[in-house]
Amino acid sequence: MRENACEISDLTKHYVLKSETVRALRGVTFNVPQGDYVAIMGPSGSGKSTLLNLLGCLDRPTSGSFRLGDDNVAQMNDNELSHIRASRIGFVFQSYNLIPQLTVVENIEVPLYYLGKLNKQTRKRCIELAEMVGLGDRLDHRPTQLSGGQQQRVAIARSMVNDPYFILADEATGNLDTVTTEEILAIFERLNQEGRTIIMVTHEDEVSAHAKRIIRLRDGHIQSDVQNKNRVIAGTGTPGAIPAIPADANPVASPTTS
Amino acid sequence: MLIFRTLQLGVKSLLLHPMRSLLTIIGIFIGVTSVIWLLAVGEGVSKEAQKRIQDLGANNIIVRSVEPPEDSSSNFRQVNLFGLTRAEHQLLSQTIPTVNGAIPVREMRKEFAYTGNAAVKPINGRLVGCTPEYQEVTRLKMDRGHFITSREVEGNASICVIAGRLAQKLFPSEDPIGKQIFLPENKERYRIVGVCKHREASAAIGGSLSSQDFSNDVYIPISTMKSRMGDIVMKRSSGSFSAKHYELTQVTLQVRNVDDVPRTAKLIMNTLKRNDPNRQDVSIVVPYELLEQAEAQRLMILGFMVLIAGISLIVGGVGIMNIMLATVTERTREIGIRRALGANQGDITRQFLVETMVLSVVGGGVGVLLGFLGPPIFNLARSILESSSPKLYASIPKDIQVMTPEIVPLSVPLAFFIAVAVGVIFGIYPAIRAAQMDPIEALRHE
Repeated sequence: MRENACEISDLTKHYVLKSETVRALRGVTFNVPQGDYVAIMGPSGSGKSTLLNLLGCLDRPTSGSFRLGDDNVAQMNDNELSHIRASRIGFVFQSYNLIPQLTVVENIEVPLYYLGKLNKQTRKRCIELAEMVGLGDRLDHRPTQLSGGQQQRVAIARSMVNDPYFILADEATGNLDTVTTEEILAIFERLNQEGRTIIMVTHEDEVSAHAKRIIRLRDGHIQSDVQNKNRVIAGTGTPGAIPAIPADANPVASPTTS
Repeated sequence: MLIFRTLQLGVKSLLLHPMRSLLTIIGIFIGVTSVIWLLAVGEGVSKEAQKRIQDLGANNIIVRSVEPPEDSSSNFRQVNLFGLTRAEHQLLSQTIPTVNGAIPVREMRKEFAYTGNAAVKPINGRLVGCTPEYQEVTRLKMDRGHFITSREVEGNASICVIAGRLAQKLFPSEDPIGKQIFLPENKERYRIVGVCKHREASAAIGGSLSSQDFSNDVYIPISTMKSRMGDIVMKRSSGSFSAKHYELTQVTLQVRNVDDVPRTAKLIMNTLKRNDPNRQDVSIVVPYELLEQAEAQRLMILGFMVLIAGISLIVGGVGIMNIMLATVTERTREIGIRRALGANQGDITRQFLVETMVLSVVGGGVGVLLGFLGPPIFNLARSILESSSPKLYASIPKDIQVMTPEIVPLSVPLAFFIAVAVGVIFGIYPAIRAAQMDPIEALRHE
């Protein structure tokens, strides 16, 4: 069992914009232990989005190290990063980001498609994940036929499909009303109770109040990194257990060996 | 499995904009269909030309007498001999080693009548003095009786063989065999020993050989013609005489080996012009050379057609590129999502290439199907034109009227694969552009 979902040390990121260097991150260090529930907060311009992109392996840091399992992601090339994203990270976005021409099940399958691991077993698991988020009766629906909350639940199911090191939620409730927000947070809560690591980026205090730990960024530095003492536990959500992952479907593999 | 999924995804994505995809497919299939149709028509035309030339025989060299332009000072007393002579015929057949046989022919215009039926008016036709080999050279088929035999030629027999059309006209209700045909101008009679099957008139080839109508022919032994009629043909029209003096109209030389034809033709020309290099009263037709010319022409037509069709395929390809660039821009967000979920640049390139390939394969497939419909549609259009406006129909070249479009077998796979290749070539740039997008930017794209 991995001890830490990810380890970040002295991470910096500089952008060059019109001959002017923007230092978005100026040395950020923290570890996210397995099973943690972290909220990353900060005003705009604090480097929050930059950190999110780095955590999501969408970008490479200027310096520092970002260890995901045994690999230092900071040194990887584009193809290797793609593989890491497909195998170790579960994305949940603010605007759901489902693919419009695919059905619910097919959307959940997308990361497996890029891992080259589609078969009857994984299809079964995708259906179970859809059932887990309460969409078992809408497997063949298109995203446009679903409400915002339902789309976000599909996105959560999709983020789970590759058994990621952590779920990275970017303002996952930003487009939802309070009731639906509560539902989504309840799902996160349940997933966390089942041992999933969750990193969420948000600017809403009501949302971050659900996390176990809150990291605040300001001007590219960590301003504070504290345990959340007044933690709000979201409602029980939809009952059901997370389906076991078939052994051969475990996509965790070193990108250098696959 | 994965390939199937990629394909399925491509089709699904294309179905997001059915109209757009349909129009792109139309662009491709018009290109493919036009390749197949144009080549089929081109092939049909050139096959027709080749058939006509082959009717003359690739082994043959035809030397014809040419009547010199009429000289106003000439009169009945001074008739000059023109054209091929019997001596030249002998010379050619005996001195040129590559020649197998030389078949002399002498033609003249005559009126033919049948005295046994008063209702039948005399018919103007062609009296042909020839030898038994003439039948083979002109590919005449016998309907009844037999063609002139060598014995009849040797014996100056007063017999004749007549063309099927003429037989129908002169003997509408009788059996022509054994009857006598009457030549009013010469007061001569010839017993009919054979009737030929009808043969379509041969079309003219280029400027070198005028068309020949076989329908009113009467064939007699060439020896009989010489002994009965001599070498001077006199005509009386509107009170004045005209006379022609010639010995032979045509000599068809059969060359033993096709490869020797060009050399032999040159040799014949030199032989005939040995005394007068500017001799104008003979012309030489070499079907073999015409055949080669026709082949060159065929290739030229094919090349031209391929060029036109290729242009339309490129236009189709530009259409594909245009659509795919629009699609890529429009689906920037999707590209960002896919990249975030683990697609690498190759995956994205592949996805969009598959879409263009689906477009071009479907377009190519439809194009091939419609390509096969080309000949029937062509024939239908021709018959509609023939019945609706005969004047317009008559004005189109004879080649087009008689030819049947023939699908060139190679053109079908060729057109199809060119279509697919065009799809790939024009799809690669949009696909690479899609793959090279920054995933962060693409995700932010609205």
